[in-house]
Amino acid sequence: MAVEQPQAQTAPAPVRAGEQTRIHNIGYRNYDGPRLGRAYARRSLYSQSLRGAYGLGRSVKSKVLPMLLFVVMCVPALIMVAVAVATKAKDLPVDYTRYAIIMQAVIGLYVASQGPQSVSRDLRFKTVPLYFSRPIETGDYVRAKYAALASALFMLTAAPLLVLYVGALLAKLDFTDQTKGFAQGLVSVALLSLLFAGIGLVISAVTPRRGFGIAAVIAVLTISYGAVSTVQAIAYDQSSTDAIAWLGLFSPITLIDGVQTAFLGASSAFPGGEGPSGAQGVVYLLVVLGLVAGCYGLLMRRYRKVGL
Amino acid sequence: MTVIATESLSKRFPRVTALDRLSVDVGPGVTGLVGANGAGKSTLIKILLGLSPATEGRAAVLGLDVATRGGDIRERVGYMPEHDCLPPDVSATEFVVHMARMSGLPPAAARERTADTLRHVGLYEERYRPIGGYSTGMKQRVKLAQALVHDPQLVFLDEPTNGLDPVGRDEMLGLIRRIHTDFGISVLVTSHLLGELERTCDHVVVIDGGKLLRSSSTTDFTQRTAILAVEVTDTDEHPDGTAALREVLHARGVETHDGSGLPGAGHILLLTAQGEETYDLVRDVVADLGLGLVRMEQRRHHIAEVFKDSDEQAAREAQARPAPENGDEQRKEAVGHGG
Repeated sequence: MAVEQPQAQTAPAPVRAGEQTRIHNIGYRNYDGPRLGRAYARRSLYSQSLRGAYGLGRSVKSKVLPMLLFVVMCVPALIMVAVAVATKAKDLPVDYTRYAIIMQAVIGLYVASQGPQSVSRDLRFKTVPLYFSRPIETGDYVRAKYAALASALFMLTAAPLLVLYVGALLAKLDFTDQTKGFAQGLVSVALLSLLFAGIGLVISAVTPRRGFGIAAVIAVLTISYGAVSTVQAIAYDQSSTDAIAWLGLFSPITLIDGVQTAFLGASSAFPGGEGPSGAQGVVYLLVVLGLVAGCYGLLMRRYRKVGL
Repeated sequence: MTVIATESLSKRFPRVTALDRLSVDVGPGVTGLVGANGAGKSTLIKILLGLSPATEGRAAVLGLDVATRGGDIRERVGYMPEHDCLPPDVSATEFVVHMARMSGLPPAAARERTADTLRHVGLYEERYRPIGGYSTGMKQRVKLAQALVHDPQLVFLDEPTNGLDPVGRDEMLGLIRRIHTDFGISVLVTSHLLGELERTCDHVVVIDGGKLLRSSSTTDFTQRTAILAVEVTDTDEHPDGTAALREVLHARGVETHDGSGLPGAGHILLLTAQGEETYDLVRDVVADLGLGLVRMEQRRHHIAEVFKDSDEQAAREAQARPAPENGDEQRKEAVGHGG
């Protein structure tokens, strides 16, 4: 197979280990170029995982769902913008901060489908040892995967906000107001992306079975939200408004709602709009940050065990 | 120059001793690491890759200490795991390119090296198809390619012939030989079959229960334990040539074996070769008897024979001094759980 060795590269492959110098002209070329090391490998893994989260570099079949969800996420924003421009409305029909709360089911589906895709595959096909037999370490792998899914989620949640913002500017709404709202929305979805990516990855990394991962992520997100909003509604009926705010601590999406109500000028989606006060907001923020850190820690622990 | 050096390397798990004061030096070339399942082969590779700290002792790979320079070692070393490790839904090219980048190769170099490496391991047009549709032999080649794509100085191949048919086995062994002779990469290859490593390796290390049983060059091995199969013709003078030869050889002090049960056993004489002189002796005796020498070849032997030898040796040693405390139990446990 080596007959077609071109003249240009006939520098004989040096027998590094050999006792005697022999000349082999069989076409094997040694690699003398740069080796870019750990940081580069981590970046490569990040970009590969991020592309993978939208099915890029994967089969056509695996592009369908993430792309579809992306479109579903953006279409309502387009409609709202079209309405706002056409009716010359004074404001957008929905706050920037509210959009993700309304679309939480789509976000949940996306996390449930792409979280397992990102990590369960490596576990299931035992590709993880191939990573760890290379310069990157547990932390690099976890950070790259976490950052990739969080970035993918941020794209998913920030894109419709961008549509709204551009639309608002086209409709000649107040620039300062809109920019402030847009910025607050971006901070909120960034936080949401970190939290949801962490939860999604921790659950997915437990099982090598993709199906279980998907079901478990959906269950955790919907059951917690369903339970919290039901109990909140009961609390509202019994007019114990204080309890409503505290109850919001127990599901991911209500946590984000609480943080943005307290700090990002959002109006709460809790029953009666009874969002957390400033002091409660601090607790919300701490819980969110604690969860993100906890998810990272759990992932590190999980992958320390996987090893080779 | 030493490629791998370990010094009383031990690895103990709460219930199992996987490696027990292992001291071995491995030079360049193809080295076979032989042991039964659970003998500590995989544990050793993990420690050598700097992924698992040793309980005590030291090890160095390519002159780098495994405890402190793990990252540098893994940049210069390739690893082919024993188990399946390939995602079925991507093509070999995509997968190996990704793995090359994980080893630090820039994108353009990763693609170029991937094309080269896949060609060298013998994957051509099929490399653009998803791996899921490959045969076991092709998958083994992809696994080998990802271990070689970054042009390492040393590769660890964990049971590369597992699951291959005889032809695939021979091809894989030939490929392993070429990794050293043609690519200039040193190889540490594990197997539980001594016979197949004999043909491929320059040096063989045998471990069992985490202990070093034997470390010697392949020629030593075959000389010490070679079994010769000899087939001769019958003549009018000696109607049963084999029996006549056996008689004379026996008289000359050569140990012969009962070859019954082997195909064509009636015509084949098995004997233990003590060294070069046995070959000469057989030739001379056959000539003196006026028989025709049809064949004289080395018989492959199984790892079990080495274990049997060493067990006998251990038994003799054990008789000479008091038995070591639960040495045997530890070993059984390691065989049961380790690996």
